[in-house]
Amino acid sequence: MAPDTKHLEVTLDTHVESVNLAEEMCLRVAEAAGFAEDECYRIGMSVREGVINAFHYGNQEKPDKKIHLGIDLTGEKMVIHVMDEGKGFRLADVPDPLAEENLLSTSGRGIFLMRAFMDEFDVVPGRTGGAEIIMSKKLPVPKSASGNGNLRPSNSDATPHQEA
Amino acid sequence: MQALYATTREVGVITLVDLSGRIALGEGSALLRKTIRDLLDGGNNKILLNLGDVNYIDSSGIGELVSGFTAVRSRGGELKLLHLTKKVHDLLQITKLFTVFDVYTDEPTAVGSFK
Repeated sequence: MAPDTKHLEVTLDTHVESVNLAEEMCLRVAEAAGFAEDECYRIGMSVREGVINAFHYGNQEKPDKKIHLGIDLTGEKMVIHVMDEGKGFRLADVPDPLAEENLLSTSGRGIFLMRAFMDEFDVVPGRTGGAEIIMSKKLPVPKSASGNGNLRPSNSDATPHQEA
Repeated sequence: MQALYATTREVGVITLVDLSGRIALGEGSALLRKTIRDLLDGGNNKILLNLGDVNYIDSSGIGELVSGFTAVRSRGGELKLLHLTKKVHDLLQITKLFTVFDVYTDEPTAVGSFK
């Protein structure tokens, strides 16, 4: 990790409320980093979809499993990691929600929305054995390596369950 | 996070549901599901959802709209949408659901479109 990167990491319970909590936390960080309202909306939605994916598909809604959320603020972008404790999946196996036969499906649009709303998106095997979603959004104003002192993870007033 | 509120009113032969808040995973999606199910169970299968005050829908909410659409259609009815906010409009557009739902921008036209 670059020395000027700000890092925030929390462990969330596999509970529907964790979806709202993760969204609110990332929105605060995004606002503090200077993203405009529309971009904050896209970031918040993407985090929400990533945690829904971990909650529902990855951890199968099992309360003994955890969801790991990480946020990195570098001088150039905000990077979000969402990791579950499931069995993992391959992006290539995810059905295309825009295909005619899937348009009336009641699920399966989360990955599509994250891809649409973020600048970079990938899924890799996580250290927990599950899937790790990694997505990023470029910061609104380019910062030099030494000029990003105003970027801060706004975790001072958000105190979620902290991983030991 | 803002909750979802739903009130129903009869307009001619249709039921208009005024929704406000967020249709998202949890209570919002559950309330929309229950509202549509209760209407169908009560014999109302011409349903117009007014989304003018719905400022947020996530993938769960989209799934619930699609689920409602197919449930109403399977009962021989119609479910249509009225007054989309820009965010909801854009979301339905990128997911190609704008081509699935009948969407209206004014209430009299929407009400008159039901068979």
